[in-house]
Amino acid sequence: MTAGTREAGQRQPAGQPTGPRRRGQPGRRFWVALAAPGIIWLTLLFIVPFYAVIAIAAGQLNAILRVPMAAWNPLDWTSGNVTTVIHELFGAGAFVGPILVRTLVYVAVASVLSLLIAYPAAYFVARFAGPRKGLFLVLLIAPFWISYMMRMLAWIDLLQTNGYVNKVLGIVGISPVNWLGGEPVTVILGLVYGYIPYLILVLFAGLDRINPALIEAGRDLGLGRARTFMRVTLPLSRQPILTGLLITVLPMLGDYYTNQMLSGTSGTSMLGNVIEGQLETPGLQAQGAVLSLLLLIVLLVPMIYYVIATNRSSREAM
Amino acid sequence: MSAAEVSAAAAPRSETAAKTARFPRPKRNPWRHPWFLEGFTWLYLIWSIVPIGIAVLFSFNSGKSQAVWQGFSLRWYVTDPLQSVLHNPTLHTAVLQTLLLSTYTTIISVPLGVAFAIGINRWRGATSSTFNFVMILSFVIPELIFGVAMFFVFTVLFTQVQLGTLAETLGLVTWNVSWPAIVVQARLVTIGRQYEEAAADLGATRMQAIRRVLLPLLAPAIFASAVLVFSGVIDDFVIVDLLSSTAATQPMSVIIYSTQHGGNGGPALNALATIMLLMSFVVAVAGYFGYRLLTRGERSDRQEAMASIAGL
Repeated sequence: MTAGTREAGQRQPAGQPTGPRRRGQPGRRFWVALAAPGIIWLTLLFIVPFYAVIAIAAGQLNAILRVPMAAWNPLDWTSGNVTTVIHELFGAGAFVGPILVRTLVYVAVASVLSLLIAYPAAYFVARFAGPRKGLFLVLLIAPFWISYMMRMLAWIDLLQTNGYVNKVLGIVGISPVNWLGGEPVTVILGLVYGYIPYLILVLFAGLDRINPALIEAGRDLGLGRARTFMRVTLPLSRQPILTGLLITVLPMLGDYYTNQMLSGTSGTSMLGNVIEGQLETPGLQAQGAVLSLLLLIVLLVPMIYYVIATNRSSREAM
Repeated sequence: MSAAEVSAAAAPRSETAAKTARFPRPKRNPWRHPWFLEGFTWLYLIWSIVPIGIAVLFSFNSGKSQAVWQGFSLRWYVTDPLQSVLHNPTLHTAVLQTLLLSTYTTIISVPLGVAFAIGINRWRGATSSTFNFVMILSFVIPELIFGVAMFFVFTVLFTQVQLGTLAETLGLVTWNVSWPAIVVQARLVTIGRQYEEAAADLGATRMQAIRRVLLPLLAPAIFASAVLVFSGVIDDFVIVDLLSSTAATQPMSVIIYSTQHGGNGGPALNALATIMLLMSFVVAVAGYFGYRLLTRGERSDRQEAMASIAGL
């Protein structure tokens, strides 16, 4: 990167006459014009929408029409909706609080399980697959191309009361389980199955980048297999593990469809179900806005960490 | 690739290492093949792929069950006069809606993102880095939070845009514009500016330099991002679920979701999902070979092509 020279070149006055240009005088206006459509688009359809969420969260409810009235002027902002949501989260008889705890438990269990499954597989393909690496890579990437809904549908087929899972369990002598009737295990399995392809690809990309010479050095210096792994490979894969977990945890926290497809009962509701339900219920939309804003605020730190981490690793890969 | 070469080279080395060992021969060959890991990997792959295969199989079931095999038929694709994908208007509209949204989104977001990437990359200043950050934020934000914002902006502020195809397209473009923007920026960094400067030295105007030098160099990245956007829209669920209105504007993913969790599932949904799978695979295969074709002059390999169209 030659940021210094490039900037020096661009500090030239903008808006020079057209005609033969000399090198090193690229008019800034041209690049601004190229970027402008994207900037306008992101302003109108990314920044303004989030302002709309804030305005609705801070607005009041039209008592007659049961529709939220957005408070566009910050001076009109009220805290009514926020107070309501805080009560629902932490107050006596709160109904969102337990759902939040359940969401955190499901997401934690699902992501630890995903990591325990994905890491060994990604490690094997990155390091030991040898000439069959292409084949393994195709197989690892395949689920990434299969839509999430199809992957949920596949498990719905298998987990029906008269489905293959119960048949296999029947051979061992276990009586049929109603897997799709609100089992936490099923929802967690769905989350693992749904998000693991993303995790495994990030892990593979990270592990594939580790210089094998470092691992061999550890072995040559007398470390056994396990200790080489613990002292060389694992520390070097901390970054991919963290970004991989983020890429699965962030969407899991807003997931409502896995639970709806595989359970459909309120006994396994997650935070995403609450937000989506409030969006669909007249009168509760503003609370959905507050909840999604709170979620965004909590997730902002990991999101920014992810941006910085991936930026750094892509620069190192250059 | 380097790992493959090394593990190939590791085989002969292990023999010499055993012969010349100064220490007592270790109980087990330290370079032995990790059979346990390989077995584990195969188990994972079977677990990840076999359920999909079974779901595809049930789309050919002759009965109404999604769980018990009752014989082969094409009933749920074409022959059933009411419920097949061909004859049920909800289902075949969904197929068309998915294709429509993917096409619209790709056509709009790729030029938008490419121009944004080039502009931001060359125009360095506070505004450009702020918007670059905003773009990356739109890439990592959880889809539900983004969908909620889109839902509110179209129901409260830009109410002329009603929920439906237009709202879905606008939402999907915003959600996907970061693919071309990020992929092209990464490629711009590796290309550097020397080719463009050479073109300028030879008398090209800036437009000519972009059109005849920069864009051909960017072609693989632009192509890969188009593949990612198109397939991403096929698989997208949250945005289209929140921004669609009637069944006529619901693409396949939403129809599968709403029909199945409404309790009306059947092999016709498996047929729909299989069509969706086929679409994604056609895009993936076309993307892979297209990418190989576009990079045939470069030192690229298969793994790089696969990684590029998977967004790595």
